[in-house]
Amino acid sequence: MSHLLEVKNLDVKFDTDEGRITAVENISLSVDQGEVLGIVGESGSGKSVTAKSIMKLNPGNTSYNEDAEIILDNENVLQFTSKQDLKKIRGGKVSMIFQEPMASFAPAIKIGAQMVEQLLIHKNINKDEAKSISINMLKRVGIADAEKRFNQYAFELSGGMRQRAMIAMALSTMPKLLLADEPTTALDVTIQAQVINLIKDIIKEYQMGVIFITHDLGVIAQVADHVAVMYLGSVVEKGPVNEILKNPKHPYTKGLLQALPDINNLDAPLSPIPGNIPSPLDRPTGCVFRTRCPHHNPEGKDGKIEMKLIEVEPGHWVDQCGIQCGQNG
Amino acid sequence: MGDNLISVNNVSVNFDYQENFISKKQKIHAVNNINIKIKKGSFFGLVGESGSGKTTLGRAILGANKISSGNVIFHDDERDYDLTNMNKQDLKEYRKKAQLIFQDPYAALSPRMTVRDIIAEPLEVMKITNSRQETDERVRDIAAKCRLNIEHLRRFPHAFSGGQRQRISIARALVSNPKFIVADESVAALDVSIQADILNLLKQLQTELNLTYLFISHDLSVVAHVCDVVAVMYLGHIVEMGPSRELFKNPKHSYTKALLSSIPSIDPEKRSEAIELKGEIPSALNPPPGCVFRTRCPNPGIDCKGGEITMGLTEVEPGHWVDQCCVL
Repeated sequence: MSHLLEVKNLDVKFDTDEGRITAVENISLSVDQGEVLGIVGESGSGKSVTAKSIMKLNPGNTSYNEDAEIILDNENVLQFTSKQDLKKIRGGKVSMIFQEPMASFAPAIKIGAQMVEQLLIHKNINKDEAKSISINMLKRVGIADAEKRFNQYAFELSGGMRQRAMIAMALSTMPKLLLADEPTTALDVTIQAQVINLIKDIIKEYQMGVIFITHDLGVIAQVADHVAVMYLGSVVEKGPVNEILKNPKHPYTKGLLQALPDINNLDAPLSPIPGNIPSPLDRPTGCVFRTRCPHHNPEGKDGKIEMKLIEVEPGHWVDQCGIQCGQNG
Repeated sequence: MGDNLISVNNVSVNFDYQENFISKKQKIHAVNNINIKIKKGSFFGLVGESGSGKTTLGRAILGANKISSGNVIFHDDERDYDLTNMNKQDLKEYRKKAQLIFQDPYAALSPRMTVRDIIAEPLEVMKITNSRQETDERVRDIAAKCRLNIEHLRRFPHAFSGGQRQRISIARALVSNPKFIVADESVAALDVSIQADILNLLKQLQTELNLTYLFISHDLSVVAHVCDVVAVMYLGHIVEMGPSRELFKNPKHSYTKALLSSIPSIDPEKRSEAIELKGEIPSALNPPPGCVFRTRCPNPGIDCKGGEITMGLTEVEPGHWVDQCCVL
């Protein structure tokens, strides 16, 4: 069976005043229907850039490599240039939920009007139908008084409610793929738990594919089926969620897990990953993690080992330099 | 008062609120009747969701918010400062001894000042040092303690990453040689790998410089790791307080239990054991009478549902205090 989404050998580069920046290098990912792919990594690791490439939402100074492919529903998104084609993916087949819902709703337009507008663009329906679809969707995501909220502005809603409305809006066009970019980061834990459960229910109900971006490994453990760990624009490890979190091989994945305060093990020291993430302007050659790797082998340290994912267990891929380093520590 | 550094006695903070100029004035009860004692050299944690009044309480203790009733006493070596009854001179003295570290290291540092000037500013404003040479010495000293390089001092904040900026903020807070630090969500904006680094730095500075912290955070696992004593706030009230290990191992209040269960576990096999709280935190404009948590409580008793039980902490174990509504 072919995948719902398949990203092959994607490079994303930005032309800036200081030079050409490599934001993402040689990424390959796939998502099936009804599956949640989690992407974790620190800020600057290229998670959002990857997601935005799928909707071609990156800014004008972006260039993609020629042999890259983003196959969505048997069509290569990267070939899309006409407005008509782009409309199909932006909000049609693909929807996106952002971190800060206040920033994603227009402040001076009622929530209902925004929901109806995008439905009218993507679906062949009239205003009344769009309104009833929107209100039903608001009810589905657990918003009480949906009719009243429909006529309110984003600032009148609380943070959790706004995020629910955002989800309702993203889902009302029935996308095949949902991109969720840190959807729970700005929320309190109790509200986060509500939103995570909601997203899980909806995935089951509508059987769509989801890319869930977060820096929180706890959230990943709760929602994802597969995980890709990104560092400085490269995937350093990917595989089934259980395998990655319980049996990590790459020193970066291990480092992330060790830096996480675990409430069940308060005696464990917090061990930060030494150093800072390098600027993408001077991206290390060879293994991108080598400047911070605590266990680097001599060749890896000199940047002589190329980045390449190797399958260590069925479905569990690790960067080849990381396999050796991971064994050292 | 012996080993306490800060005593907060029955403190309430209200804000006036008027929706528009014709509507009637209302009061927002941001912080209600709080009693806490912060021991010298302790790492006191304050947790709760947004809107629970953590920051307001922290600011009230620093004298940055007006206290509506009750008082806050800062027990210095020679004398006590009563924050509700302080003249300008005292306030100036107090500011040297109590400092704040902010959440967002990107917003907290002026982009037009060099790191040296940022760190030196408190010394100059408070007129602590007498010569430029002395100032430079103090700045270099504290920068080294916060693991900043000397050559960093000449640069501007934009050249630094989040973790480095937070170290600059810490150096600025510590340069006046304070005894008490309020760290308001100081690691919330950082990546996990850097968060661990900053937490370790705060711990290390605590022993080196004899500091006492009030650590405000919404992240329970962070608080559990660094704090000795924790108070859980909800809608302006402390609902549970105690030694952190005891409190996290043996939570008594249903809000604490729900909070703890909501932390996403990093074990993929332990999914959705969260006690899901319905709804959201009520408005502080008209908090529910009686137990403030009863509108969201997963297992309210008959009495507390009617709001007949007033808020008040009861000691269930030595040092472990729980709101009486959840004990009954």
